[in-house]
Amino acid sequence: MTDLIERPVTAAPIAPAHHGDDHGDDHGHVDHDEHHGPSGLLKWLTSTDHKVIGMNYLVTSVVMLVIGGAFAEIIRAQLVSPTSTLVSLSQYNQLFTMHGSVMIYLFAGPFAFASLANYFVPLQIGAPDMAFPRLNALSYWLYLSGSITMLLGFLVAGGAANFGWVGYAPLTSAANAPGSGADLWIGALMLTGFSAIFSGVNIVATIFYLRAPGMTLFRMPIFTWNLLVVGILILLAFPVLTAGLVMLYCDRHFGTHIFSVQGGGVPLLWQHIFWFWGHPEVYILALPFFGIVSEVIPTMSKKPMFGYKGMVFATLTIAALSLGVWAHHMFTTGAVLLPFFSIMSLLIAVPTGIKIFNWIGSMWGGQLHLNTAMLFSIGFVITFLIGGLTGIYLASPPLDFFTHDTYFVVAHFHSVVIALVLGGMAGIYYWGPKMTGRMLHESWGKASFWFMFIGTQVFTIPAYIVGLHGMPRRMGVYPNNPAWQTLNIWESVGALMLGIGTLLFLVNVVVSWKKPIIAGDNPWDGGGLEWFTSSPPPHHNFVSLPPIRSERPTWDYNHPDAPALGHGKHAGESSNEKAPV
Amino acid sequence: MLKQESLILLLLGLFFGLMGIVYWVWSGEDGGGVMLLGAFLLGMLPGFYYLWWYRRTKGNRPEDREDATVADGAGVVDSFPSSSIWPFVFGMGCFFAVLALTFGNWFGVPAGGLLIWAMAGFTAESRRGGNV
Repeated sequence: MTDLIERPVTAAPIAPAHHGDDHGDDHGHVDHDEHHGPSGLLKWLTSTDHKVIGMNYLVTSVVMLVIGGAFAEIIRAQLVSPTSTLVSLSQYNQLFTMHGSVMIYLFAGPFAFASLANYFVPLQIGAPDMAFPRLNALSYWLYLSGSITMLLGFLVAGGAANFGWVGYAPLTSAANAPGSGADLWIGALMLTGFSAIFSGVNIVATIFYLRAPGMTLFRMPIFTWNLLVVGILILLAFPVLTAGLVMLYCDRHFGTHIFSVQGGGVPLLWQHIFWFWGHPEVYILALPFFGIVSEVIPTMSKKPMFGYKGMVFATLTIAALSLGVWAHHMFTTGAVLLPFFSIMSLLIAVPTGIKIFNWIGSMWGGQLHLNTAMLFSIGFVITFLIGGLTGIYLASPPLDFFTHDTYFVVAHFHSVVIALVLGGMAGIYYWGPKMTGRMLHESWGKASFWFMFIGTQVFTIPAYIVGLHGMPRRMGVYPNNPAWQTLNIWESVGALMLGIGTLLFLVNVVVSWKKPIIAGDNPWDGGGLEWFTSSPPPHHNFVSLPPIRSERPTWDYNHPDAPALGHGKHAGESSNEKAPV
Repeated sequence: MLKQESLILLLLGLFFGLMGIVYWVWSGEDGGGVMLLGAFLLGMLPGFYYLWWYRRTKGNRPEDREDATVADGAGVVDSFPSSSIWPFVFGMGCFFAVLALTFGNWFGVPAGGLLIWAMAGFTAESRRGGNV
């Protein structure tokens, strides 16, 4: 069944006297039953609505976070003692491989560019849906089936893949990884890879072709800008990984020798291919979370984004540089061009620094509302800054030679990716009321934040230190060194705190569902178009739209007397555009 | 208008091209050089397409005009499917195809059936297409 969708009408102007307490007005309200589609299980199976698909992605990726987190807790329990036998070394190899794989491929990526992005990009640009709704649904089913495929590895003889989430040759050869677990890992990445490519196509096409009138590129919210860049990066990077996986499968089953020395192949080629995807992937993961905090911080500071155009150009610069840094992961191979990759990697700190400066600038002098979403955003900035600064050390070959394959790298990477989890939590607390119509409880949320934020530092800081002491990564047992053991115990305490924080979040979801606090349409006095419609939005999103004269059209509409702060020559015009008769 | 969209892609592609030349000449490593060449083309091809489309249509889309009103975009946006079972069926076909890579060719039978069924369903659904 296909619906012809008309553009929403112009919202009627509001009387200036009523602004300020009028955030929950009814310009987006409709009868939520106006769409008489399937319900229940059939709705889940057949819906092509971007909001339903976004929720599916969100729930599935959070389940993957819990599964990947459970693997991490087992790993940390093993490392409390130098000679623990909680799991065998073979099981340990499977656990750290699947922890990394689940977290990167099945949680962070889909959460970043498919869950909140799916839900909010069309809403932020005033579109009725994604450009290709059925392709969008197919993306989700490929992601879900890929997730199941990867986890099936635990049920086959020989167990799950055990060569690390980066799958370096020749560890992945048929001789070194003979079981089905490796093939399931390859198949899962093919499925999730195509899922990501389809999401990238959809995001770019939606932003290029379905923006509302007046929503020029430089009036788009920063979150949508970041997702546009992520969509482009996905299209550049993911096909490379998929091609590499096809080559790897051929090496394992069809007798080719692309990555094996015996037949004249080059094992190092896998690392080039993998990291040509893998480093842009870091930004594919990070930019959506940069976008989330770029929405939360200005809204909770009661200010517009500081340095809007600077943020956009910083994002584009990160995208440009991200394809030239792949071999900084390969410095110790002795076979890469050290000055080129070191210079490019150091350069990428500049646009990232601009972003951090602008987030601080957005808070500076604002009326800070330190609710859970804002706390998670500030926690993100601090933790990402730690991860980013230690990344600058690793961009320097002499320092990288010293710390490569130690826990220092593990700590750097986890500072970065756990910061993204904190950013994701900020997004859930910020946009959750729009998605469900209900607020998440603040007290549970703040408790969850403090456990997660402190737990992150308690985990990573000892890991940096033990790495500088020389402890290698990916070891199920380690020398009986009291200093190492003490630091490892602290790391495990931090991991436990992270687990408790995640559990408190899940409890909060249940409590908030059982004891609902109705959110209203615009509980934060937000400025983006998503706050102009009802909570949750109706099928095809909008009944009416406000005039779009800045990147904060809803704020302009709700505050007609406030000075205009938009961009472009028409930004200062009255936002009280007359409704058609 | 699509002018800004094409400029973003062209500038990114140009940067990848310049970076690729520097890298390839300096390192002599072919794998990375070829991948950067691919990135250059992936920027230039759609970038030039959008530029060509912009010049051809003398683009004047309301979403590209700063002074456009909501009324300027009045009318039909497009046709959107409200629901469809075929993405699920196609996805399950892909799932079985991947399982065939691991567990044996016999998984290819349900995979092929589901994929053909889904493609036929997609086609019929598009032809029926509600009001289209």
